[in-house]
Amino acid sequence: MRPSEVQRFLRDLWRHPWVLGLSGILALLLLWTLVAATGMVDKLFLPTPAAVIQAAREQASQGVLLADAGSSVMRVLAGFGLSALVALPLGIAMGSNAVLCRLLEPLMALLRYMPAPAFIPLLIIYFGLGELPKVLLIFIGTVFFNTLMIMDAVKFVPSQLLETTLTLGGRRRDLLRRVILPYITPQVLDAYRINMAAAWNLVIVAELVAAESGLGKRITLAQRFLRTDQIFMELIVIGLIGLLIDLSFRLLMRRCCRWAN
Amino acid sequence: MTLQLDRVSKSFGQGRRATLVLDQVSFSLQTGTFVALLGSSGSGKSTLMRLVAGLEHPSSGSLVLDGRPIRGPGSDRGMVFQNYSLYPWLTAAQNVAFGLKLQRLDRAEIRERTGFYLDVVGLADAADRLPRELSGGMQQRVAIARALAAQPRLLLLDEPFGALDLQIRETMQQFLHDLWTRTGLSVLLITHDIDEALLLAQDVHILAPSPGRIVRSLQVDFDRSDLERLRLSSSFLGLRHEVASTLRSLSREPC
Repeated sequence: MRPSEVQRFLRDLWRHPWVLGLSGILALLLLWTLVAATGMVDKLFLPTPAAVIQAAREQASQGVLLADAGSSVMRVLAGFGLSALVALPLGIAMGSNAVLCRLLEPLMALLRYMPAPAFIPLLIIYFGLGELPKVLLIFIGTVFFNTLMIMDAVKFVPSQLLETTLTLGGRRRDLLRRVILPYITPQVLDAYRINMAAAWNLVIVAELVAAESGLGKRITLAQRFLRTDQIFMELIVIGLIGLLIDLSFRLLMRRCCRWAN
Repeated sequence: MTLQLDRVSKSFGQGRRATLVLDQVSFSLQTGTFVALLGSSGSGKSTLMRLVAGLEHPSSGSLVLDGRPIRGPGSDRGMVFQNYSLYPWLTAAQNVAFGLKLQRLDRAEIRERTGFYLDVVGLADAADRLPRELSGGMQQRVAIARALAAQPRLLLLDEPFGALDLQIRETMQQFLHDLWTRTGLSVLLITHDIDEALLLAQDVHILAPSPGRIVRSLQVDFDRSDLERLRLSSSFLGLRHEVASTLRSLSREPC
């Protein structure tokens, strides 16, 4: 390659939307490797990347990692799925009915400010240590946000679109299915994507408190044996799974809502 | 087709807070005529249009279409709003087909009519494009095609070109004029643009603001075979000057 071609290649590479983001992550990894290698910090506090990779291998080979990730993900899917299912009709109803909105919005605003993790003791008292309290925690922690965001999306459907539909011979019931639902779809998906992060946080919190399995549970076990390498590994896995969920929502949105991008 | 408005008044709010927006407006529109309501902002012209569309109800007076009072919106009155009211998730063709699907026509008929009306507005090539991929003028033409495809008896245009650049607006006025002469549509146009009203409409009703009321009605019978020449003719410019001074005198009125 001639110098000019190299320059162009580098320039194009630099402009790729992922390059800056990836280089940020790589820089942090590099910094970590360097600091760990100098031995400035006790290995107990800052394990080397190699030790963390080794911990991942260990856990993966025993099948523990997959099982932990599986049970955490299943809890999120159940809790968040329930929340999404309840929030969609409720949010639409509140967004299109002023009475319902005035009735429920203050209540939801109040409940939304009660930190979901503070419900854990109650949930344990009510439902014990099984799956149900964890699923419910995720539900409580996300349903109000989901509902209010969907309500807002419905409120901002342009009235002209609704009125045009009526002048084209549409009935009231056509508005929901043919105008409101397609119009809010990208915003609903975005609300789900954003609140999914909260669900993912909550499942780890629930598992830290009390669980038989899951990534959060594994962290408390690692703490007991001062296995910081394992804790680091679990944290990175949690982050990666979260990122994967985020990306799949973005992909879904690009697929189904080309018009909104 | 006859549209008859008889002493239509509309106020918003109740009791002491009520504001009168329209005061005893009467006019009529016959099949195939092009009527314009000309007025500045605050003259209640958009409210008047919404009453005809059935999106609002009058506080008093009556609106009658072909002997039947207007009670709500319906596909016999197609409406085009000022701001682009295309469904953003649907292509141009799907937008035009939207009303036909609501009427549950069969597929072949929907396809045929959609193609026909996209062709009428000169957008056959843009059938598969999304609204955001169309210019403002093209979007308004799709909106007009969508209204026409439902085959309304009356076409309601609420400042349809108000958001467009001057150049494009003149092209669109020519387009609308051609469409009207070709199809024999009945059109009710709302505008604040004096040129637009005088160029296109046979009957022009001038509205005064606060409360909106018709202060003057004129019959405009120019030779419209060449709009470009008409724009520059002395008779057109004379009338335009006269109407402009009427509008100016209204806006100076204390309210």
